Amino acid sequence: MSTRMQTALGSLELPNPVMTASGCGGTGRELAQFFDLAKLGAFVTMSVMPQPRAGRPTPRMAETPSGLLTAMGLPGPGIESFLERDLPWLQEQDARIIVSVAGNSVEEFAELAGRLRDVSGIAAIEVNVACPNIEDRGRMFAWHPTAAAAVVRAVKTNARVPVLAKLAPDVTDIVTIALACVDAGADGLTLINTMEGLAIDAQTLRPALTGVSGGLSGPAIRPIALRCVYQVHAALPGTPIIGVGGIATGLDALEFVLAGASAVAVGTTLFHDPSAGPRILRELEDALAARRMRLADAVGLAHKPAGYVPPQVRPEPKVDEPGELKERLP
Amino acid sequence: MSDTPVQTSATVLTVRQVQDYHAMTLVAPAIAERFRPGQFVALAVGGEHTSRLVRRCFGVYEVKSDYGGTVEVVFADRDLGTAWLAGRRARDQVDLVGPLGRPFRLPRDPVSCLLVGGGPGGAALFALADTLHRRGCQVHFVLGGPAARQVFGSRMAQRIGDTAVITTEDGSLGERGTVRDVLPRAIQETGADVVYGCGPTRLLRTVTATAAEHGLPSQVSVEEFLQETGACGIGVCMTCVLPIHGEDGVTRMVRACADGPVLRGDRVRWNDLGTIPFDALGAPRALSGGSK
Repeated sequence: MSTRMQTALGSLELPNPVMTASGCGGTGRELAQFFDLAKLGAFVTMSVMPQPRAGRPTPRMAETPSGLLTAMGLPGPGIESFLERDLPWLQEQDARIIVSVAGNSVEEFAELAGRLRDVSGIAAIEVNVACPNIEDRGRMFAWHPTAAAAVVRAVKTNARVPVLAKLAPDVTDIVTIALACVDAGADGLTLINTMEGLAIDAQTLRPALTGVSGGLSGPAIRPIALRCVYQVHAALPGTPIIGVGGIATGLDALEFVLAGASAVAVGTTLFHDPSAGPRILRELEDALAARRMRLADAVGLAHKPAGYVPPQVRPEPKVDEPGELKERLP
Repeated sequence: MSDTPVQTSATVLTVRQVQDYHAMTLVAPAIAERFRPGQFVALAVGGEHTSRLVRRCFGVYEVKSDYGGTVEVVFADRDLGTAWLAGRRARDQVDLVGPLGRPFRLPRDPVSCLLVGGGPGGAALFALADTLHRRGCQVHFVLGGPAARQVFGSRMAQRIGDTAVITTEDGSLGERGTVRDVLPRAIQETGADVVYGCGPTRLLRTVTATAAEHGLPSQVSVEEFLQETGACGIGVCMTCVLPIHGEDGVTRMVRACADGPVLRGDRVRWNDLGTIPFDALGAPRALSGGSK
């Protein structure tokens, strides 16, 4: 991989900008059957909670046009089992690991950050702010700037690694929430989580999901995600953004980069195409090379005036990567 | 030979209408080579720029060595995705992932095996029958469905099975009735040592219960449940979960795709499918919040 794909999320430097989105890469073992996780910029875990959690009953998923509606109920093994079984395995893969955390109260978030504080080999913590706050009638932290900020602060004060806040798009003004999270110490923002939607089963004449409404993901929400990234980057140009929402190709990823994302995460597309991570990375690299740009120079370029031309790089001569060369030696 | 699944763009060899179902043969040597009976494949539908993101998961009917290796699946036309698949023609490309999931466990000794199937899911039993035969096992079939057109492979079962009993609810083929009616008799007459099941979830519950009444182990493939609930087939989406009680007595929600599709029948909490049993690991407690 050339240095032209390097990116940084604050103090966290990554060899390339393509990640998995939280909750879409399983434990990592499932995807590792299809590609080397170390090839990704980072692997983002499913949201870890303090206790094991079974989640919602089936049906948890409905297929909608260019999207997926899911109401999972945050299933997971809990932090204990995650630290014992899943994290050590991920560390063996030499992948950069971003641990997503989820809680139902500010204290639970603080507890999780405390548990992760002395764990080595974690690149960053992503705070899943789109969780219901049981102390506030189950309303999501992500809906209110004060609640979102309280969660971010609770994690930040207990964390030694960069803290990213993952925000939900169904709010009146996402910039207000983003500002509150950055004020509370977030080192970066992940935009966006799923958007609430509904599907009804025409056979049973009832909502298709046990959870009634669910989170919409996939290419259906891509323009919304892109708009959120663009608005937040305009307001907070110094804050690194991970763009998420229906990215299925390298050109989709490029759109997010141009809107202001320093990295992108692939989610629902992994369900459809398990090798999507490396494919999108390759396509993005080709798309940037065709435009003679380094990734870092493309971040937020769509905000520049029409006449602005970014620094041009010379086409890179095609050379074998060290690994490939070694394999061919007798 | 590796047991990790592969993703491949497979060429369609044939698509045939078989009774009410479609049988599709795809050229996929790497999948054919790795396949073990009971495993399934996950097909992408709608072509490269599809708006349908859910993979369709089907048990494999047969693998052959033609063209380097082919895989045949049998499916019902359930929705626009399966209709798209049924509309493929020879030389079309379909993105295929497989083989996926855990296969049927095989008996160590040459025992008598009863294979019980219904609907298109019953197709997966034929690859199993082949393997059991090669191990010197006796293979007996019980196949059932609402009508003759919904019993897949009855003639094949009669040809390759040591015995075969067919039931239809309308009496249009074999005995009038259901699998449930003939299963106890079939178990006794064949001297079955183990019962295998594949097909509708309701049938698998019957298979498990009847086998247990006769003190027999059962291995069932929950392929239909997987088709109704799953999105990815590879174990990342966590949507196809069902309650299983383990050796340690603890009930866990496990994935039909990656932890199945073949499960020990007596481990599945059939009455609690589509629920989170209150005693399951991580079940919601009073006052704990729901979430999306």
